[in-house]
Formats: sequence, C-alpha cells, structure tokens
Amino acid sequence: MLDVRDLDLFYGDAQALAGVSFGVPLGSITAIVGANGAGKTSLIRAIAGMETPRAGTVRFDGHDITGRESFEICDLGLGQVAEGRQVFPTMSVEDNLELGAMVPRARKDAAASLERVWQMFPRLLERRRQMAGTLSGGEQQMLAIGRCLMGQPRMIMFDEPSLGLSPAMVHEVFAIIRRLHEEGMTIVLVEQNVAVSLHMADHACVLENGHVVMEGRGSDLLGDDRVRAAYLGL
Amino acid sequence: MSRQAILLGLLLAAFALAPLVAGPYLLSVLVVVMYFAYVGQAWNIMMGFAGQLSLGHTLYVGLGAYTAAALFVHLGVPAVFGLFASVAVAALAGGVVGSLGFRFGVKGVYFALLTIAFAEFTRILFEHIPGLGGPGGLFLPVGDRSGIDLVHLRGHPLMFYYLILAMTAGIFLLCRRLVRSRLGYTWLAVREDQEAAAALGINVFRAKLAAVMLSAGLTALGGVFFAFYYNNLFPNQAFGMNRSIEIILAPIVGGLGTLFGPILGALILTPLGEGITMATEAMGFKAAGIKQLCYGLALLAIVKFLPDGVWPWARARLGLEPGDGDGEDDR
Repeated sequence: MLDVRDLDLFYGDAQALAGVSFGVPLGSITAIVGANGAGKTSLIRAIAGMETPRAGTVRFDGHDITGRESFEICDLGLGQVAEGRQVFPTMSVEDNLELGAMVPRARKDAAASLERVWQMFPRLLERRRQMAGTLSGGEQQMLAIGRCLMGQPRMIMFDEPSLGLSPAMVHEVFAIIRRLHEEGMTIVLVEQNVAVSLHMADHACVLENGHVVMEGRGSDLLGDDRVRAAYLGL
Repeated sequence: MSRQAILLGLLLAAFALAPLVAGPYLLSVLVVVMYFAYVGQAWNIMMGFAGQLSLGHTLYVGLGAYTAAALFVHLGVPAVFGLFASVAVAALAGGVVGSLGFRFGVKGVYFALLTIAFAEFTRILFEHIPGLGGPGGLFLPVGDRSGIDLVHLRGHPLMFYYLILAMTAGIFLLCRRLVRSRLGYTWLAVREDQEAAAALGINVFRAKLAAVMLSAGLTALGGVFFAFYYNNLFPNQAFGMNRSIEIILAPIVGGLGTLFGPILGALILTPLGEGITMATEAMGFKAAGIKQLCYGLALLAIVKFLPDGVWPWARARLGLEPGDGDGEDDR
C-alpha cells in the first residue's frame, strides 16, 4: 500500500531522515518505533506532504506522492492523526468533524461519514455543540480520529496517539485502532509505547537517528534482545 | 426572527431614516462611518476570518479608486462599468501579494510587512504617472449635484449616502453567508491552526489566496465609492500608510472576525474623531494629529479592557449568544 524508498529529509543542515526505506502492506498495522528524536514524526510528515524530502520516493497505492502537497495526498486517501491531536479548540465538535470532510473525495458522503463517527464515538455526539477545547484529552483524541475518518481515508498514520492520556484512555484508543484495523483499514502506528505497539503490529520497523535499523514482524522484534534492551528495559 | 436579525433591522432602519432628521454635516459623517464599516468588513475577511494580517489595504482602495476614476476621466467610461475593472485590478494585485507571500511561506508580521511594501511602492509609482495627475492629484469633473445618476455615479449627496448604506448592508450579508460556507469553514481552520488544516487535506494556499483576492476586490469597490464621492484622488491619501491603519481600526475596536464588529467600530471611532476635532476647534486651538492621538488611546483602551473588541462584550450584555443562528463567528 505504501512504499518508502531511500528517503532523505533535512531541516536546514540537520538531517532528520537518512535513506529510510520501508513498506506498509495493505490491511496491516505497521509500527514505527524509536526513541525521541529518532525521526518518527519527521517520517510521518514527509510521507503526508507536510515536509519536502530532499531525496527518495514515496509511493502510495500506485501513485508517486513524493513532494506532493498535503491536500493532494489526503485526497488520495492517506490520512493522518497528528501528534498532539491538533483539534481546533474554539470550534465546536461538529465543526471540527465537518472540516475533516473538506477533501474532494469525502465531500459527497460527508453526512454518512458523520453518522458513522457518531456511532463509533457516542460521546462526541453528546458533546457535538461543545467547543473542542473544553473536551478531555481522550475525547480530543477521539475527535481527532473521527475527524480523520471524515476524510474517508484508506490508510491512517497515527503519530503518538497515546501521548498524554490516562491509562484507561490509552487502552480505549488502542481498542479503536484495533477496531479500525479489523474493519480493513491500513494503519501506521508511531508510538513511544513500544511494547503495546509491537504487540499490535503485524509489521514493524525501528528508527534510530534517522535510519531504519531493524525491520520485521512485530512479534519477532518484541523477542529481539536488542529491542528488548533498548526500548523495553528488559 | 432572531434577536440579532432584529438588531440588524433596527440599525438599518435608523440609517435609512437618518436623512429625515440629519443635516448635511451629520450625513457626511454618517457616510464616513459607513465607508469605514464597509472597508473594515472587507479587510476583516482576510484578517478576521482567514487570519492574514494586511497592513497595506489602501493598496486595494487606491487601485480601485484610480482605475474607475481614470477610466471615467480619460475614456468617459461610466462608473458602473469601471468598477468591474477596479475589482479585477485589485483582486489581481491581491493575488500577486498573496501568491508571493504564501508560496514562499511568508507568515505573520512578515506577511504584514510585505503588504505595506506593496502599498508603499504603488503609492510612489502613482506619484510618477503623469496621466493620473501624479502627486498633484486626479480630479473628477463634478457634474450635476442635484440629480441621481447611478450609472456615472454623479449626483446628490443623498444618492451617495444610500449607495454606501446599500454597500455596507450588502457586504454584511455577503460575509454572513461566507462564514457559513465551505470556504468560510476552511478560513477559520486556517486561522486557528494552519498546520492542522493542512494535515486534514485543506488546500491552505488556495484558501488564503481566495481570502486575499476577495477582500481586495471588495475593498476596491470601497475605493470606487471614495473616488466618485470625493472627486479627487491623491497618491499619498489613496495609498497612504496612515489610511491603511485607519481602515483596520474599526474592525479591531469592534471585534476581529465578527460581523457586527466593523460596523460598531466605525460607529464609535468616526464620531469620536469628528467630535474631538470639533471640540478642539471650538476651544479655539488647532491641534494637528489630535484625532490620531485619540484613536491611539481608544485602541489602547480596547486592548487593555476588551481585547476581543467591543462587539463580543456588547453581545454578551445584550444577551445575544454567539452562533445565534446568524452565522456569527463563534468567538
């Protein structure tokens, strides 16, 4: 579904990604793990068209999307739930969701998408007129996920979805991701919560200083001594 | 009918009936009030809705004014046709400023500086175009001031009064529709968080460009009115930096991003300025710049006590809820 080849990304002179290559099979959960500053968020942003890579290619569903604008990439069905949720705090829950359906591919069926989101997140329906900024962290994360679904993506990249949430909420968010996966969504999961994400993932890669240092099945990486030592403290 | 609609109706009725009781001087003040409400509303599309600060909005006033005026003076083109050229020229200029700024990621204050630069060099350019009068000014032949000729925009001051009233009411309704449109939603998203908007697949560049061009085109109509009402144009007036500031004061004082803000702001500031000028003259001394000083103090007071502007405060006092089904922005 997604194929990243030899991606280089620089911020000025600082190299954030160096020759990153990995693939995301259709219908999989692919985890990208790594320490702070390893380049996880940069990778997501480069794929999503929020940063322009210096070299390499990104192919999504047969389209070369390297260096394309983010709105074009979203319209091909590649959605993202950005780090820190990024809801519009002074706008209502419903307006936030509506904004997710501005991409051309999603406009026609926006009403049906909204119904689906209400069904999936009844709590958002209860708070539809409330300002998004007044929601709890977990509710905001649900709103961010719901808003992404409004764009009718075929693949979603989650950047640190559990960041700053209570343990119960973290559990719930992962349950939602699992459910989306079961419904056939292809998922990229960037997480600092390495144990959980490797458990969930069919496929995973480990990023260190902008390089992919390991790639394989989630369960294999979970059993790997180096991963256990570096990320699980075992 | 909602309470905001009633308020709007009352305001409109008051302005429509004012000529029955007001003398020529008061009417001329009201024309200025509505002119600033109109141009402020147009500016507000860019700043209040889309969050893009323009400090050089006289660029569009001036281009609109000069285009229609020059077409009229030199080619005899009636204002009613000339205004299309004015809108086109200004929208194009807005497109140039916007594309340059947004394409190269010029944001915030730097974008505001860019807008000043464009207004300033256009002013200097117009001072050197002899066909447009240069610094000596471009004068429109004053025709019959008793009739009503909307095609050439020549006629009685009352005609101009009702014309600017219609323009101000029209732009209010247009903006009301705009904020509730798809485009309006994307503007608010861009204003609130550009990154997040881009992550959702919103074409941020296009949304911002649309805001600038629309704002510029509508501002140019204000310029056309200005030219044909005052019958004279000077580059340092039409494109002047101080005019740019004057334009943006009403929406800031009234409340950025609100629909009533620019109207309320103009209703407060213009009479304030006039009153101060009259009072100082009555006291027998001339104090140049006293109006600007008072505007500055008013602005300080607003920033200090009502940072969201007068309208959001007044709205709460009047018991009107934001989003009363009136397309009011939810601030």
